[in-house]
Amino acid sequence: MPLFERLYNFACWLTQDRHEAEDLVQETYAKALHGFSSFRPGTNFRAWIYKILRNAFLNSRTGLKYTSTVSLDDEHDEASLPVAEETPESILLHRADSRLVQQGLERLTVAQREILLLCEVEEMTYQEIASTLAIPIGTVMSRLSRARQALRAAVGNMQSNQMKS
Amino acid sequence: MACELWTKELDAYLDGELPESETLPLDQHLKGCTDCTALILSKVQMKQAIRAAGKRYQPDAAFRAKVQQSISRPARFRFSRLWFPLLAGPLVLVAVLIFVLTLGRPRSDDRLLSELADLHVATLASANPVDVVSSDRHTVKPWFAGKIPFTFNVPELQDSPFTLVGGKAAYLRQSPGAELLFRVRQHQISVFIFQERALGNLRGLDEMKNAESFNLRSWSQNGLRYFAVGDVAGQDLDRLRDLIEAAG
Repeated sequence: MPLFERLYNFACWLTQDRHEAEDLVQETYAKALHGFSSFRPGTNFRAWIYKILRNAFLNSRTGLKYTSTVSLDDEHDEASLPVAEETPESILLHRADSRLVQQGLERLTVAQREILLLCEVEEMTYQEIASTLAIPIGTVMSRLSRARQALRAAVGNMQSNQMKS
Repeated sequence: MACELWTKELDAYLDGELPESETLPLDQHLKGCTDCTALILSKVQMKQAIRAAGKRYQPDAAFRAKVQQSISRPARFRFSRLWFPLLAGPLVLVAVLIFVLTLGRPRSDDRLLSELADLHVATLASANPVDVVSSDRHTVKPWFAGKIPFTFNVPELQDSPFTLVGGKAAYLRQSPGAELLFRVRQHQISVFIFQERALGNLRGLDEMKNAESFNLRSWSQNGLRYFAVGDVAGQDLDRLRDLIEAAG
């Protein structure tokens, strides 16, 4: 199970709950095994199995709760993002505090968090992300851009609060 | 082009998604623009910070064992159900013989792919993945002299996203060969090289394949059979194959 650790990490970030993540990973492998005939050799296995995991999440109680309250299509939330003033020095400071970035990731919407993780942690290409999330490449680029902006804003705000307190 | 137009492209540039036609002009712009250079530095640091922070959760051994058990159980069940009727009579035996004879080769190829995936995983899992550690092809190639019964060329990787990590001797079907380890971004690719005559006819493998979630490319060159295995996109393997083929 070469992708086991990565799928587990991704599932934990999606669900924010280790028990739910374990159920999700187990369900993913079971579905992948039973549906392996639907996998076309030569296509991307990684995108295929991440797609299974994500669909399982969207059908889970947490996923359904999320999709019923927040639209996954966050194309119109740009105006609500606070502006973060970033400098290389401040980012460097953030980098030293991995927990701050982790907290920032937790504050993002699921759609923003998952696309950042697929791009930065899983190092998927835009094409792989598009295939995994079943969205056009143009949407991948715009969603990634907003997710990065939102993370910078979240980290910047937390840092400001830390300095005030 | 003004900075405002370039800044929109910086994320795609850092993600390796900017078309080559735009990469060169942007490289040139960055050499002379301190604002864009500072911005790109902050973006790189943010990417690194997300990468470090994103690798947060590790499954424990008990959960791994549980999943392994759960996915292996149905397979055993089907196996026993498949073989039980074989004892029913010679007619079924003949059918199975025909099945084995007609599908023998793909199964053999599949086993080979699994062996290669296993070799690659074993390399990644090892504390010492390679025996000659060098990014210099002129160091790695001579290391194999006297260790394997053939020679091959290591590709020039300058101006490519690949880095040579090193190499070691490998064995496949009791035949000695070479394993070269390459890195692209955070991924590692094993390239196995064996004498084609030692492995038999494997032309069926020239198509794109995958095994155990790994992408695989296989090709023949100068009497040698090459296999490139990794968890990267197929395009990366194609590009590495082109570089190796160009090395002759």
